[in-house]
Amino acid sequence: MRMIRSLVQGLLCLVVVALAAPAAVAAPDDDGQALLEALDTRSYADKGEAIEALVASGDERTRRWLDALLDGKLQRHQDTGRFVVVLENRGRQWPVADALSGERLGEMSRRELDRIGINNALRGQLHSTLAVLDLRVDDVRARREAARELLGNVEAAMLAPLQQRVADEADGEVRRLLEQAIAIHRLGQGDAAAVEGLAGSLNPEARAALRAAARSDDVALAEAASGALAGIEQKLKLNRGVETLYFGLSLGSVLVLAAIGLAITFGVMGVINMAHGELMMLGAYTAWGMQQLLPGQPGLALILSIPAGFLVAALAGIAIERSVIQFLKGRPLETLLATFGVSLILQQLVRTLISPLNRSVVSPEWMSGSLMINEGLSLTLNRLFVLGFALLVFAGLMLVMRRTRLGLEVRAVTQSRAMARAMGIRATRVDILTFALGSGVAGLAGVALSQLTNVGPNLGQNYIIDSFMVVVFGGVGNLWGTLVAGLSLGVINQVLEPWAGAVLAKILVLVFIILFIQKRPRGLFPQKGRAAEG
Amino acid sequence: MLASRSWLSRPLHERSTRLFLGALIAALAVVTLLNLALPAGHPLHVSTYTVTLLGKYLCYALLAVAVDLVWGYLGILSLGHGAFFALGGYAMGMYLMRQIGDRGVYGHPVLPDFMVFLDWQSLPWYWHGFDMAWFAFLMVLLAPGLLALVFGFLAFRSRVTGVYLSIITQALTFALMLAFFRNEMGFGGNNGLTDFKELLGVDLTTDATRLGLFLATGVALALGYVLCRAIVASKLGRVCVATRDAEARTRFLGYRVERFQLFVFVVSAMLAGVAGALYVPQVGIINPGEFSPIFSIEIVLWVALGGRGTLYGAVIGALIVNYAKTVFTGVMPDAWLFALGGLFVLVTVLLPKGIAGLLGYRRPRRPPDSSTTPREAST
Amino acid sequence: MNVLKSLADRDRVFDFLVPVESPVDVRHGPILYLEDVTVSFDGFRAIERLNLTIDDGELRCIIGPNGAGKTTMMDIITGKTRPDAGRVWFGSRHDLLTMNEPEIASLGIGRKFQKPTTFEALTVFENLELAMAADKRILPTLTARTTGEVRSRIEEVMTTIGLVELRHRPAGILSHGQKQWLEIGMLLMQRPRLLLVDEPVAGMTEQEMERTAELLTGLAGQQSVVVVEHDMGFVRSIARTVTVLHQGSVLAEGRMDQVSLDPRVVEVYLGAEADEEVA
Repeated sequence: MRMIRSLVQGLLCLVVVALAAPAAVAAPDDDGQALLEALDTRSYADKGEAIEALVASGDERTRRWLDALLDGKLQRHQDTGRFVVVLENRGRQWPVADALSGERLGEMSRRELDRIGINNALRGQLHSTLAVLDLRVDDVRARREAARELLGNVEAAMLAPLQQRVADEADGEVRRLLEQAIAIHRLGQGDAAAVEGLAGSLNPEARAALRAAARSDDVALAEAASGALAGIEQKLKLNRGVETLYFGLSLGSVLVLAAIGLAITFGVMGVINMAHGELMMLGAYTAWGMQQLLPGQPGLALILSIPAGFLVAALAGIAIERSVIQFLKGRPLETLLATFGVSLILQQLVRTLISPLNRSVVSPEWMSGSLMINEGLSLTLNRLFVLGFALLVFAGLMLVMRRTRLGLEVRAVTQSRAMARAMGIRATRVDILTFALGSGVAGLAGVALSQLTNVGPNLGQNYIIDSFMVVVFGGVGNLWGTLVAGLSLGVINQVLEPWAGAVLAKILVLVFIILFIQKRPRGLFPQKGRAAEG
Repeated sequence: MLASRSWLSRPLHERSTRLFLGALIAALAVVTLLNLALPAGHPLHVSTYTVTLLGKYLCYALLAVAVDLVWGYLGILSLGHGAFFALGGYAMGMYLMRQIGDRGVYGHPVLPDFMVFLDWQSLPWYWHGFDMAWFAFLMVLLAPGLLALVFGFLAFRSRVTGVYLSIITQALTFALMLAFFRNEMGFGGNNGLTDFKELLGVDLTTDATRLGLFLATGVALALGYVLCRAIVASKLGRVCVATRDAEARTRFLGYRVERFQLFVFVVSAMLAGVAGALYVPQVGIINPGEFSPIFSIEIVLWVALGGRGTLYGAVIGALIVNYAKTVFTGVMPDAWLFALGGLFVLVTVLLPKGIAGLLGYRRPRRPPDSSTTPREAST
Repeated sequence: MNVLKSLADRDRVFDFLVPVESPVDVRHGPILYLEDVTVSFDGFRAIERLNLTIDDGELRCIIGPNGAGKTTMMDIITGKTRPDAGRVWFGSRHDLLTMNEPEIASLGIGRKFQKPTTFEALTVFENLELAMAADKRILPTLTARTTGEVRSRIEEVMTTIGLVELRHRPAGILSHGQKQWLEIGMLLMQRPRLLLVDEPVAGMTEQEMERTAELLTGLAGQQSVVVVEHDMGFVRSIARTVTVLHQGSVLAEGRMDQVSLDPRVVEVYLGAEADEEVA
């Protein structure tokens, strides 16, 4: 294997050399030789100057030489004094090319070669020097990357070319970064005016420079730097606030998804469905199964699993309703126990048929990655999608409840079962459909969850108590209540978490709810009047 | 005290209570005899292992009686009684820990092993006093009792009942489980309390102690049963049933319903605590698993299977389910959860009155579906 | 805390047979007094500026079409619903708006629900026993014994309501009319000063209705009785003073024959009833 690989590499090198050759061979090249000679010195300070001279020369081979120097591949033949670039430094015999001409020289023994050594300081200098070089490429993204590299790494010698670059640069982002890089350098030199250029920057290097400046003996400088730092802190705090809010809303959206189906079945039928979490689990497994069916197409699989998850969970819900719940009309506590039994069976079924181990569902490409708001804040896309999905499902349910015949009948049955029946509404049919709808939404919640966590038999269990809390908190039979309660519980949880730790935060939320229902026993949005007495 | 003695002794005149006590005493006697009198090789010999297992079942039976008191008669489905059981267990466990003294792995004279392991320097304040048996035994009652008092006060005052209450009790035990899993709580975290040596100066590992614990549990069950029966048969018991069936009406008759609920709830929690305290020395460990919501809901199944609102049904249910669990988990552990889940469904759908209902004993009837009254609301 | 107090309060042992004297003060006027009471549910005004006065010993009928606020008014008096505004006084000493249901009940206000609510799992005897005026705190209830005197009082009421033979049957198996009677019996056991009776003859036969009418008129004089009823025949047979509620306030008040001639009443209520009868 190795032979083949090195053969291929050798061939590639040949091609490269062949392409580079005409330019290199054109004329004997004393300038290049001199520049490289300067590098071959014991003093690292001299080497530093030599590097600067190299850059200043504008020689187009600079980039190649510096890269090689950085990797320790710029070497000099002991006998001939010829500068070579090592192409492959494995084994004893190294393939090398002439540094000046790029001509391939075959293999040399590593003993014949002397490395032009560098130390850490030089390495840093090289990095920033290369970054300046990279600023000249055409690709905007590469230029931004290079500019970012320069933050905190600007040397005095680079100032002039950098300022030139700022003037020439077309891209605003690159210009801003470069200005900051220069400002950091100036600040390091004690230039108080540079503070202004860094105010409001969230970059860690900028902050480090400001902190250093704030400690300086120059009172004016220290004050200016402290002021700028305070401003940055403010901005960071805001960032953290937004981030907490985002995570809170994300957690909340999951809670809303999990609880909203529950709220429907509980509100309409008075049924506490303890197997609701397992219906979510079925939805999540549907998403997983869909991916197994469509390997390599996670996006399509995910989109297909939305209706599929709904359907699977809804059918399971209908099965539960017909086989168990319909026999327990008017006995909510017994229903709770029976559905708990169902949840045990479903869990064990999945453990036996699929596996007790967790499965992971791949996120499609358009859902991974994150949305960058500013340098200190980026929002992960999958959470954003789930948040949007939750709102969409909520809006959809609202529409079903408000605008369709089913919704009308459901609301009628919720308010007075007997009266609705007297009006000719088939309450049993409404029950089945409601339960199917609630279960289907659980399935959707499961599909969404599969994008955030691993899919396992215990997935539902982890959410069931929380989602009941949401329903209790929001008030039964009120979708808006569920939405507000879910999102606010999510946010409360996230706000408490850094302060109290995850477990304690959960406990505090539970205590909060217990205390809350002291004030409002029927939740945030209670049904008033007679309907509530049912 | 004369009046109180009469209400307490009232159950002793009931046929069903006498029958129950007779059966219980007979069972205790037979097990003791078969354990002591027969040699180990004899086919009818009851090994000490079995005695301890039976003792464990009896603890569960007492716990089930406590749950039946609130569910069967007060209509409050508590899905958090495991918490009271575990608190009683922890109180006992703390006493047993302190009894270990310097015989722990690390040999620290005061600190239990897990605290030494966590590098704690001194005993947390709430561990003080647990070296004294009387204090610990008091705490077996007070810890669950106090929790039930505070929780019940908040819940009943704001008239949280029905499924709401069930859910909140479940959340309560869930929260406690999370809390007790934390090492910082000072209750041994994940591993709980274990490695007990002796109780009241008696070595816990000897056969005699194990038999003694079994008998003590039997006596506790008998006393708990009589106490519950006495409460149920009193006028207070009838107020409970009245509350269960028509809470508003009871209130309009001038009864402070929430106080009655609170009283019975606290009594039940304390009984659960006693059951937990007897359980710990027999199984030799208490850990946060006892707080898990699943355990609490399982207790309710025992009661439902036996037949709620009968007390003896709760005992029967606890014995049957736990025996089945022992058998199943030994033979085919995977099938147990199917069996348990199936049992939940079958009992609620097909056997709403439980085994006691099959036996045909009179028990307080449930009101028929209240939505079928001839004339619906007006005004 | 009160629980602990009542547990500790062991020195006070009440004799159940001493009728609990209602502390209500009626020397200076009516026994029940509602002024400008307003309550709304979700923006809907169920009761609006309602004024009502009941004299001690009076039998008052309250009629009104559906949604007039009759049951809500009862809820307010018994502490089940809190009004948004207004005053409710029991006698001249007790502000009912500051009390909860059991407190109001123990002051001597008894209520019969619209739907008959008895304790269906308990026997007729036990239902009456629970209703009896007694010390209703926890410990006395726990240690209470059913003495001979308690029995004879219960027997007496059972005779009045005609359920003697059914004394050991659970209330759940009673007929609808019998449940109504049992509930009235429970009210009698409470010995209230003021009885609020919501639709007492719903689901009763003609004869049962007659007996109920007798019973209620017999009670008036010793106790004040407020009857909410739909059945106009029944109201005519017992009514001395009738109050007509409409949309949450009093439309008319007076003797039945006067009221039924009032054109506004005829329009909103009797007219509606006539339509119903035609239909």
